[in-house]
Amino acid sequence: MSVLTLNCPVPMVARDHVSLGHGSGGKLSAELMREVFLPAFRNETLERMEDQATVTLGGTRIAMTTDSFVVKPLFFRGGDIGSLAVHGTVNDLAMGGATPLFLSVAFIIEEGLSMETLRRITESLGRAASDCGVQVITGDTKVVDKGSGDGVFINTTGLGVMPEGVYLSAGGARPGDAVILSGFIGDHGIAILAEREGLEFDSPVESDSAPLHTLVAGMLETTHAIRCLRDPTRGGVSSSLNEIAAQSGVGILLEEEAIPVRDEVRGACEMLGLDPLYVANEGKLLAIVDAAAADQLVTAMRNHPLGTQARRIGTVTASDAGWVTMRTPLGTTRIVDMLAGDQLPRIC
Amino acid sequence: MCLAVPGKLVETQSISDSRVGVVQFGGIKRSVFLDFVPEAQVGDYVLVHVGFAISRLDEEEAHRTYKLLEHIGMLETEDPAFAGEPDTAQSLASIRGGNAIP
Amino acid sequence: MRYLDEYRDPKIAQALVGRIQARVTKPWVLMEICGGQTHTLMRYGIDELIPPQVELVHGPGCPVCVTPIEVVDKAVEIASRRDVIFVSYGDMLRVPGTRCDLFRVKAEGGDVRIAYSPMEAVKIAANNPSKKVVFFGIGFETTAPANAMAVWKARELGLKNFSELVSHVLVPPAIRLLLNSPENRVQGFIAPGHVCTVMGYWEYKALVDEFHIPIVVGGFEPVDLLEAILMLVTQLENGQANVENQYGRTVDYNGNHPAQVIMEEVFEVADRKWRGIGPIPMSGLRLRSEFAAYDAEKIFGLEMLEAEESSECIAAQVLQGLKKPVDCAAFACRCTPEHPLGAPMVSNEGACAAYYQYRRHAASLKCIA
Repeated sequence: MSVLTLNCPVPMVARDHVSLGHGSGGKLSAELMREVFLPAFRNETLERMEDQATVTLGGTRIAMTTDSFVVKPLFFRGGDIGSLAVHGTVNDLAMGGATPLFLSVAFIIEEGLSMETLRRITESLGRAASDCGVQVITGDTKVVDKGSGDGVFINTTGLGVMPEGVYLSAGGARPGDAVILSGFIGDHGIAILAEREGLEFDSPVESDSAPLHTLVAGMLETTHAIRCLRDPTRGGVSSSLNEIAAQSGVGILLEEEAIPVRDEVRGACEMLGLDPLYVANEGKLLAIVDAAAADQLVTAMRNHPLGTQARRIGTVTASDAGWVTMRTPLGTTRIVDMLAGDQLPRIC
Repeated sequence: MCLAVPGKLVETQSISDSRVGVVQFGGIKRSVFLDFVPEAQVGDYVLVHVGFAISRLDEEEAHRTYKLLEHIGMLETEDPAFAGEPDTAQSLASIRGGNAIP
Repeated sequence: MRYLDEYRDPKIAQALVGRIQARVTKPWVLMEICGGQTHTLMRYGIDELIPPQVELVHGPGCPVCVTPIEVVDKAVEIASRRDVIFVSYGDMLRVPGTRCDLFRVKAEGGDVRIAYSPMEAVKIAANNPSKKVVFFGIGFETTAPANAMAVWKARELGLKNFSELVSHVLVPPAIRLLLNSPENRVQGFIAPGHVCTVMGYWEYKALVDEFHIPIVVGGFEPVDLLEAILMLVTQLENGQANVENQYGRTVDYNGNHPAQVIMEEVFEVADRKWRGIGPIPMSGLRLRSEFAAYDAEKIFGLEMLEAEESSECIAAQVLQGLKKPVDCAAFACRCTPEHPLGAPMVSNEGACAAYYQYRRHAASLKCIA
């Protein structure tokens, strides 16, 4: 019988159409990046593939990121596409350790969208920006035919300044490091799904959409031993940790019982056959830190309103390099794989 | 196959000829068709699959059999020497009553 | 969550493992029939916990895996039409047909929607009178009552634009086929707990009487499966062959009467081809002729469509428990969830997908001689 060898490369599959799976943050997204975008844009900065890009301009380290927001419904518990656009962009910068300063915002609006809706979104975006201490300094508007968009799409670019001596990278995790999570997972994805599917909760689940830059600033002040930060958005905790494991060439071992999930989110996931590890978050972060500094860091995080449920959820290992594994409550170990496309509700 | 999840029936109502209910699964509520469980009342636990309740949980049976499981679990932690207790496995099987066909 | 969490208790699970270890004196080959049970076994690593003499092979209880390739092709054909809204359970979307899958149809502009319940499709039909709404009615006996009820209610509502593409399969004929096969190694079965919730377990009593092998109806949580394994091993060690019910909190001998009534009203038993296995007589359900107006195959004239399987896919042997997914030369190389050769790699409950998702890294794979 054959023993599985892991040297078989995943084949290059000729796909002639882009599917929804390509945007879900999992394997298909990675494939698109590798096979279409990277070959066209070859440069060192891009190839580092962090959440933000850092370049030096006239002696100052500038961080830049871009993001697009296509969420449906436009308004949901805990936020809307406007506030989400600000938080998402700020967070991409914050994951590099940068202080966010400026945003550009481009709207692609479907003809027929109500002016009232547009005003609500824009006001929310403006409020979120000023709460974060960032300014929207330039923008653009396009209107497309009815039927070509989901009401409105928003694209942003964020600019920030990288403090001296901060070099965070998904390639920086080392065996023995601790994996820290800032709080409950799955809130955003389930809040959106609830809105779409008409799920009712005793205590309604709200999106956790929030800007993490002040939490990050506090964390960087506490210790210099943070290797990398990631916000687990599309594709969930699983995608972010799989990316880190791959880029750092290490294994990551999680403890299932340590991972915090709200009861309501758990209930929704059980009912629909979803795994919270794959559900999107918009106000959480993962930190890989030297184990010696882990306790200190968690304590510091818990003093911040966005980190009150922070805890250690795992360890970086030398073995099982490139894999994320998890110890189950029964003491056995299983893989936490990266999803191919979106997680779909199931009956089986 | 067959993802079916247990939940508590918290509300029922009749819509035309159908009985529909609201089932609570640990903090989340969902509307469920009760056509297959005419005997289920508010407060009962039901098993839900694709939006339909397919059975009413037998809580007494669950309680009875779970007590035995808990006992096994406790014995194990108190004295691992009990692990080799063949009689308990036998009594577990017989309590199931699978051999007793009505 | 009540009636779930307690059945995941690690102390009880470990205790049951201890009892299995104490009972076992010889090697035994057991089969869990249901894909959901396979999923739990893999996800919690239960096959690693039980003694090595107890071998678990995975059965064909994955309705997504066994849906014939031509049915997927029919689904793709219907879903590609402009005037159709095609509604399906999420599980079926990535199952490969001859040319492509429903996900691809969606990518190319087809109106393909995912539903959690067949009643959502009925609602869509009521709200879109100018479109034909087709629901993909797959599943085992567990799902048949709901799929039947959707057709029933559509007729009551007088809907003229709703139909179902039905591809139901029944478990006992598949077990009978396995037991009749000269290559069968399975000595005891864990019967599917949710199928039995609907159907009862009297059909399994008949199988026990005919073949003299023990069958235990099992649930889906780790404690349920370990208890069922303990009950089977106990019978085998004692030379017994009886039917037992581990999942008594929801299963009884006769099953759910109202559910069986609606199945009987709307469906009738028919021969069915099982993907990867072949045709099994009287092993499926189809719509009765009185419901021809709701039968998508008839409405779209697709009754005669035929298709061939991939030659490399060994789903047949995996589904019958003759081979494990890792025995397949294409496993994790040419056949992955992103680009599957056969259905067991795509379905959440498929044995291949379960192995791929939870066991791919070499360290925890068992070598089978």
